Amino acid sequence: MHDSVTRAIPASAPTSRKPRLHSAMALAALAVAVFFGPVWLTVIPAWLEFPVATVVGDAINWFAREASIGGLAVKDITRLFAEFIDRPIQGAVVLLADGLFSGRGLDVKQSVPPLSWLAIGGVAVITAWRLGGRSLAFTVTICVGFLVLFGLWQNAMVTLSNVLVSVFIAAALGLALGIWSFRSTQVENITRAIMNVMQTVPIFSYLVPTLLLFGYGPSAALVATVAYALPPMVHNTVLALKSVPAETIECGRMAGCTRRQLLWQVQLPTALSKIAVGLNQTIMMTLNMVIIASMIGAGGLGFDVLKALRKLDIGSGLEAGMGIVALAVVLDRVSQAAAKRAAHGKHLQPGQQPLWRLLAVWIVAATVIAWLLPLAQLWPKAYLISTAAFWNNLVSWINQEWFDVLDAFRTFALLQVMRPIRDFLAAAPWTLVIGALAVAAHWTGGLRLVIYTVSLALFIVLTGYWGPAMNSLYLILIAVTLAVLIGFPIGFWLASRPRLQTAANLVLDTLQTLPTLVYLLPAVMLFRIGDVSAIVAVTLYAVAPAVRYGMVGMSQVPHARLEAAEISGCSRWQTLIWLRLPAAWPTLLIGINQTIMMAFSMLIIAALVGTKDLGQEVLIALNRSQVGEGIIAGLCVACLALIADGLLKAAAANTAIQRHRKNSL
Amino acid sequence: MTSIPGTEAQHGRQREVIVQCRNLWKVFGATKHAFERADGAHLSVEDFTRKGWTAAVRNASFDVHRAEVFVIMGLSGSGKSTIVRCLSRLIEPTTGQVQVEGQDLLAASESELIKTRRSKMGMVFQHFALLPNRDVLGNVAFPLQVQGVDRTTREARAAEMISLVGLEGRENHFPDELSGGQQQRIGIARSLATDPSLWFLDEPFSALDPLIRADLQDELIRLQSQLHKTVVFITHDLDEAIKIADRIAIMDQGQIVQIGSPADLILNPANDYVARFTRNVHRSRVISVDTVLRETTPSDTTAGPAVRPTERIADVASLVVESEHPVAVLHPHADTVAGYIDREKFVRVLAGLDPQ
Repeated sequence: MHDSVTRAIPASAPTSRKPRLHSAMALAALAVAVFFGPVWLTVIPAWLEFPVATVVGDAINWFAREASIGGLAVKDITRLFAEFIDRPIQGAVVLLADGLFSGRGLDVKQSVPPLSWLAIGGVAVITAWRLGGRSLAFTVTICVGFLVLFGLWQNAMVTLSNVLVSVFIAAALGLALGIWSFRSTQVENITRAIMNVMQTVPIFSYLVPTLLLFGYGPSAALVATVAYALPPMVHNTVLALKSVPAETIECGRMAGCTRRQLLWQVQLPTALSKIAVGLNQTIMMTLNMVIIASMIGAGGLGFDVLKALRKLDIGSGLEAGMGIVALAVVLDRVSQAAAKRAAHGKHLQPGQQPLWRLLAVWIVAATVIAWLLPLAQLWPKAYLISTAAFWNNLVSWINQEWFDVLDAFRTFALLQVMRPIRDFLAAAPWTLVIGALAVAAHWTGGLRLVIYTVSLALFIVLTGYWGPAMNSLYLILIAVTLAVLIGFPIGFWLASRPRLQTAANLVLDTLQTLPTLVYLLPAVMLFRIGDVSAIVAVTLYAVAPAVRYGMVGMSQVPHARLEAAEISGCSRWQTLIWLRLPAAWPTLLIGINQTIMMAFSMLIIAALVGTKDLGQEVLIALNRSQVGEGIIAGLCVACLALIADGLLKAAAANTAIQRHRKNSL
Repeated sequence: MTSIPGTEAQHGRQREVIVQCRNLWKVFGATKHAFERADGAHLSVEDFTRKGWTAAVRNASFDVHRAEVFVIMGLSGSGKSTIVRCLSRLIEPTTGQVQVEGQDLLAASESELIKTRRSKMGMVFQHFALLPNRDVLGNVAFPLQVQGVDRTTREARAAEMISLVGLEGRENHFPDELSGGQQQRIGIARSLATDPSLWFLDEPFSALDPLIRADLQDELIRLQSQLHKTVVFITHDLDEAIKIADRIAIMDQGQIVQIGSPADLILNPANDYVARFTRNVHRSRVISVDTVLRETTPSDTTAGPAVRPTERIADVASLVVESEHPVAVLHPHADTVAGYIDREKFVRVLAGLDPQ
C-alpha cells in the first residue's frame, strides 16, 4: 500500500479543482457534438474496426503450421515438446490413477494396479497429522472418505496427477525466474510487466494458443496451467527475497559468504516461509486451471462438472464439484500448514520418525493390504454412495414448488434492472463512454492515466469488440455492486466482533480457494441458464474480497483515535461516519478493485451458462479453434480489467495523498 | 584532522593501531567519480541537497587501538551505523582510506575481502539477524560452516561459544523460542565463533529492555576482560557509552565532532553540541578520584580506607561519606599513598560542579 502510494506521487499528480472543471466542460462539449454531430460519433463506423483478430490468428496459424526454425518445422518442435512433457503426466497418472495395462483390443487387462486409495489417502492423512495436528488430519480424512465413497477417487487422482506435475514445473520455473528478477532490476521490470498482463488475461485465453501449438490433450493443458500458475510463484519469490532483513544479509556477508552461499544458506532459507505462501497460491491456481483445462483434454473432475453442466445434470455436477472442493481443501490446508511449518525450524521429538520414512512404510503396508483385500484397492461399486438423485430431485422440487417465486424474481431482475442497464450501455455513444472514462482518469490520476485509459479503450474499439465489451461491463457493474453491497456491511459487522474473525477468515479463505467452475452449479440450480445465473455466480465469487477488505478497512483506525472519540462522547454512528469510514476509504477502494478483478476472472467462466459478452466470444473461439479471436477477445477483457484497476488504484492513492497533505499542513 | 582534540596523543602510552580510518566519506547518491569531480570535500550542505546527495559520513578520521573499546556515539541519522559498515565494506565508502591491521581494505578484491571478513571480523547486529531456520548451534556454527570447517569441529567450537555466553543446554532451541536477551547472546556467540581480532557491535542492546540491557552490558565487559578484542561499538545511548568505552567518538550529522575518554568529553566538550549532550551526565560517574586529590598533611592518619586513583567518584562515594578518617588515594602502580581525598572538592563533584 505504502509503496504504491509513494510511487504514485510523481507519476500522476492528482488534478486540482480548476482543470477538473475544464475536463468536465470538455465532456459536456463532446456530448453536444455527439447529439448534433455525425453518426459515427455515436455508433462505431466500419472504417474504425480493423480485422486484428484475423491477422493475429493467421500469423499464429502460420507460425504453428508452416514456420520452421533452421529447417525444423515449429509444428514438429512443439509436438515433440508436447510428447516430452506428456511423459511425467502419464507417469503420474499411471502411478496414482490408472495403473499399467497389457494386451490389446478386447483383451486389455490391468497388469499393475495404481497406488491404492488406502495408500494415497493414508499419505495425505499422515502428512496432515504431522504438519497440522489432529484437526487437520480429521479434515483430510473426511475429504478422502468423501472422494472414495462417492466414486470420485479415480478422477480426483487424474486431476491430482495434473496438479502435481504442473505445480512442480511452475514452482521450479517460478523460483528460478523469481531469483533472477530479484538479482536484476531489468529482468524484474520485464517479468513484472508481463506478469501484470498475464494475471488479467482471462483463463480461457491461455487455452486457445496452447491448444493450437500442442494439440488437444494433457500436455496442452499442462502448458496452459503452468503459464497461468507461474505469476504468483515469481511474484512471491521476489517479495520473499526482498523481505529478508538487511541485517540478516549483512550477517551473511560478514561471515564471508560468497554470492552463492548467501543465496542458498541465508536468503532462501530465511525467505522460505513467504515463498511457501506463493507455493500455496500456485497450487490453488493450478487446481483452478486444471479444472478449466478439462475443456482441452485434461480430464479428471473438471470434465465431470463440464459434462454435467452441458447435460444440465445438476446432481452429478454438484457431486463432482464437491469432489473438487474436497481436493481443494486438502491441497490448501496441507500446503498452508507446510508454509507455517517452514516459518521456523523444528526438531523431531525423541522417538519420532522422520516423515518420509513413515510415509514409505505406510505405502508398502497399504499396497500389501490392497493386494490381499481388493476393497482397499478399488472401492466396490455396490458400496458407492450417490446423492445425485437427491440433488436432481431437490432441483425438480425447487422448480415445482418455488418456480413462481424464483421466476418472478428472475423476470423482475431481468426486465426491471438488468435489461435497462444493458440497453443503456449498449446504446451509449462510444465516444461519450470513452470521454467519461477520460474525465474519471483526469480527476483521479492525471494526463498519463488519461492516455493509458483511452488507449486501452481504443484497443477494444479498433478490434471490433466494443459491443461484447459493453455487455461484459454491464454484468460486471451489477455483480460488483451487489458484491460490495453485500460484502462491505458484513465486513464492517465482523470488524467489531474480533472473536468471529478467525472463523470468518477460514470461510473466506475456503471460498477463495474453490475453483471458479464450482460456483456455477448453485446458480444454475436455482436460475437455469442465462444472465441472472451468471450474475449470481460472479457475485458469489466476488463477495469474499469485499467482506475481507471491509473487515480490514474498518479495523484500520488507530485504537488511540477511537478511544479519543469515545471519550469525546461520539455515538457509534458518529464514530463510523467521522472516524472509521474516512480512515478505511483507501482500503475500501482497493477492496472494490480486488472485487472487480475477481469478478472479471469469474465472468469468463460464467460464459459457460450462456452470457453474450467477451467471455462468450472467447469460449466460441476456443470451441472453433479460432486463435486470433480467442486471444484478442481475451486481451479486451484484460483491457477492461486494467482500466478499472488503473482508475481505482489512482483514486485510492489520491485519497491517501490528500490525507497525507492535510496532515502535514 | 588536528582540529579534533584527543585523536592521537591523548592516550599516554601508544598502542598498536588496528583500524586506521582517514578522510572517510560516504555520500549516498554520488559515485566516487562524481564526488571527486565536484570536489565534494569542499561543498556545503546546500550543495549536497541540490545535487540530491546525502552525506552520511563526512570526512571521518580516527584510529582504533588493539584491545580498546572504541564507541561511536550519535543520534539516529548521525551516520554512526554507516561508518561501522564502511569499516567492513558492507557499505562501499565514497572516498577515503581504511586500513585493517595494515591491509588497505578499500583496495581489496572481492575474494580478499571475503577472506578478511572470515578471518578477522565479527559483527553483532541490532536486531540479532539470526537465521530462523537454524537452531542455536546451527546459528553459532554458521560462520564456520561458510568457511568449510567440518561438522564436528565447527559444532564443538560453537558449543564452546554457547557456554561462553551462558546458554548451555539451549543448543537445540530455535531463535523464536528464545527471549530477546537470549537471542542477542546467540548473536554475540556467533560473532565470536571464528575468533576474530576485530569485533563490531552495531547498537547490540538497543532493542532490549532496560534490565536485560544492563545485564548484557555487564556480560560484554566480562567477555572483553577475558578476550581483549579490538571493539568498535555503536550506540545512541551516552550512559551505555560511558559504561563500557575506553574512548568515545561523538558524531553529529555525519561528522565526528570529538574523540576522547568519557571524562574528556564531559570536562572539556569540544563544542556546544557535545556540551549539551553531556550536560546531564553526572560528573561523579566519569571523574576519577585523582582529580580531587590533596597533599598529605601531618594530621592525616592511615587509619582510613584507601582507593586506587582510577576509581570513579560515584563508585567510592559511600565509602568516603561513611569513613571517619580521611580516605587515602594510592599511587597508580604501587601501594603507597599519593595523597588524600579533598572532601570539599569531592562534595563539589558529587553536587555536579567542577572540582575547583
